[in-house]
Amino acid sequence: MQCSLCKEKPATVHLTQIVGDKMHKLDLCDSCAKAKGLNDTAGFGLADSDFVLGLGAAQEVEQAAGGVELKCPRCGFTQADFKKSGRLGCPECYRTFSEGLSGLLKTMHKGTRHTGKTPEGMRATAENADRMKALQKKLEKAIESENFEEAAQLRDEIKQISERSTAPKNLTR
Amino acid sequence: MRDLHSFLSPPAETARRHGPHDRIVMSSRVRLARNLKDSAFPGWAKKNERVKVLETIRPAVESLPQMKDAFSEAMDNLGALDRQILVERHLISREHAAKSAGSGLVLNSEETFSVMINEEDHLRMQALRPGLQLKQAWAAIDEFDSSLEKKLDFAFDPDIGYLTACPTNLGTGIRVSAMLHLPGLVLGEQINPIIQSVNKLGLTVRGLYGEGTEALGNVFQVSNQMTLGENEAMIVERLEKVLAQIIEHEENARQTLLERKPKTVYNHIGRAYGILANAHSITSKETMNLLSLLRLGVDLALFPGTERSLVDELFLITQPAHLQKQFSDKLSAEERDLMRADMVRERLKNVSRPIVKSRPPNTTN
Repeated sequence: MQCSLCKEKPATVHLTQIVGDKMHKLDLCDSCAKAKGLNDTAGFGLADSDFVLGLGAAQEVEQAAGGVELKCPRCGFTQADFKKSGRLGCPECYRTFSEGLSGLLKTMHKGTRHTGKTPEGMRATAENADRMKALQKKLEKAIESENFEEAAQLRDEIKQISERSTAPKNLTR
Repeated sequence: MRDLHSFLSPPAETARRHGPHDRIVMSSRVRLARNLKDSAFPGWAKKNERVKVLETIRPAVESLPQMKDAFSEAMDNLGALDRQILVERHLISREHAAKSAGSGLVLNSEETFSVMINEEDHLRMQALRPGLQLKQAWAAIDEFDSSLEKKLDFAFDPDIGYLTACPTNLGTGIRVSAMLHLPGLVLGEQINPIIQSVNKLGLTVRGLYGEGTEALGNVFQVSNQMTLGENEAMIVERLEKVLAQIIEHEENARQTLLERKPKTVYNHIGRAYGILANAHSITSKETMNLLSLLRLGVDLALFPGTERSLVDELFLITQPAHLQKQFSDKLSAEERDLMRADMVRERLKNVSRPIVKSRPPNTTN
C-alpha cells in the first residue's frame, strides 16, 4: 500500500479515526507520519486529518481531468482557477468538475448526499430522482438474474416517471 | 439615502437584549447561503452581472413581511465608518464590508434578520437572536428562505443540495453559530483542550469577528463546519449539545477557580477594574480584554448593583468605529485611546471597586 500523502513510499502507519458516525482512514509512510506528528496519536485531531486528506483531494481534482484542463462551458471557469481560489465560478461548475469534486466533498463533509431542505418547487423532482435510482438498481438486478419480464415492467415504469417529470418542469420553470 | 446611524438601535438598547444563558452565550445566529441558478458566483461574475443579481435579489428581499421598514442599501453607498460599525455589531462580515459595487445589505429594524447580497454567495441571509436560541434562529431563517424561494430561482441539485461558491458550504448552505464568553476556561487554562475536542466533533472555534480573528475579550464563536450529508435540524441539535457542554465546563471552571484560586480571580478582576476606572489612554484590544474580566466580576457578584448590560454596552461603544462615530472630527488612533479612556472612566464612575468575599474554609491557595 502506498502512502496516501506523498504517494511514493510504502505506508506503514495506518490511522483510523471515527468522527461522529463517519470513519476516516489514513495510510502514511514513516516520514509523512512523523511530519504530521502522528507518532503521538493522542494529540492528533480532526483538523490535522482534514488537512492531510484535503491535500490528497486537491490532487484528485487534478488527476480526474486526465491532464486535460477542464473548463466550465457556462462561465469559463477552469481548474486552475479553482486551485487558486478554492471557489467555483457558477452553479454549473459543480457538474463540470463533478468527478474531481466528489473526492473533495467526501473529505470535507459528513456525507456526499444532500439530506436537508429542498425548495418546494424541486420537491417532486427530488423524490422522483430518488425513486428513479431505486428502480434503476432493481432493473440492473433483474437483468443480471435474467428476469426479463420484471425488467420490462421496470423499464416502462422508469420511462413513465422520466416523461412525467420533464414535461411539467419545462412548463413551470 | 437612509441614515444608518439613526436606523440602528442605540448600544444601550442592544446591550439590554436578553436571551437564555446569556451569561455565557452572547448571541446565536443561523446563516443560509443561496445562489441564483443562472448567474456566476459573485467572486467570478463581472461587475454588470453582479449589479444585475443585486437588482434581482434586493427587491425580493425587501418585499418580505419580515423586512418591513428595513434598511436597504448598496454597499458602495455606505461609508467606511458605517461599514465598520456594522462589522462591530456582527451584522455583516468583514468580507462584506470590503465589497463595492454590486453588493448590498438589507437589515430589518429589530436587527434580527440581516441579508448580505453578493458576499461570497449571491445571498447570505442570517437570523440573529440574543442568548442561546439556535432552534428559534433556524426556524426564523427557514421561514424566511421559504418565502424567498417563491420569488427567486435558487441553484439546487437534488443530490448535492444548494450550490454554493465554496464547496465547504454545499448542501444545506447552513452555518449555525453561537458567540460565547469564556473567561473561566481561559483563566483556568482549559480552553485549548476544549477547542481541540470541539474540533474533533467537526465543529469550528473562531475569534470575535469570525474567520481568522483573535479571541478578543475571551469571546469565541463556535459553529458547524460540515454542511452536506446531514439535515439542518441535526446540525442545529449537534451544536446545541456541544454548547450545553461548553456552558457546563465554563460554569465549572468559574466555580473551581473561585474555590481553588480565589486570589488569582480577585487579582485579575481587581486589576481590570483598576485600569479601566483610572486609565487615561487605552487601546480597544486592552479595553475588550479587561471588560471581559469586569463582565466575569459582574457574573460572580463582585459588583453588586452593576448590571451586565453596562459592560456589554461599553464592549460595543469602545470599539474603534463606534467610538469614532461619537466625534465629528476624524480621530487618530492615539486620540481614540484618550477618548476611550475618558468614556470608560466616566461610565465606571458609579461602580464601586469589587467586593472580595472572605476566603471559604478548607481551601488552599
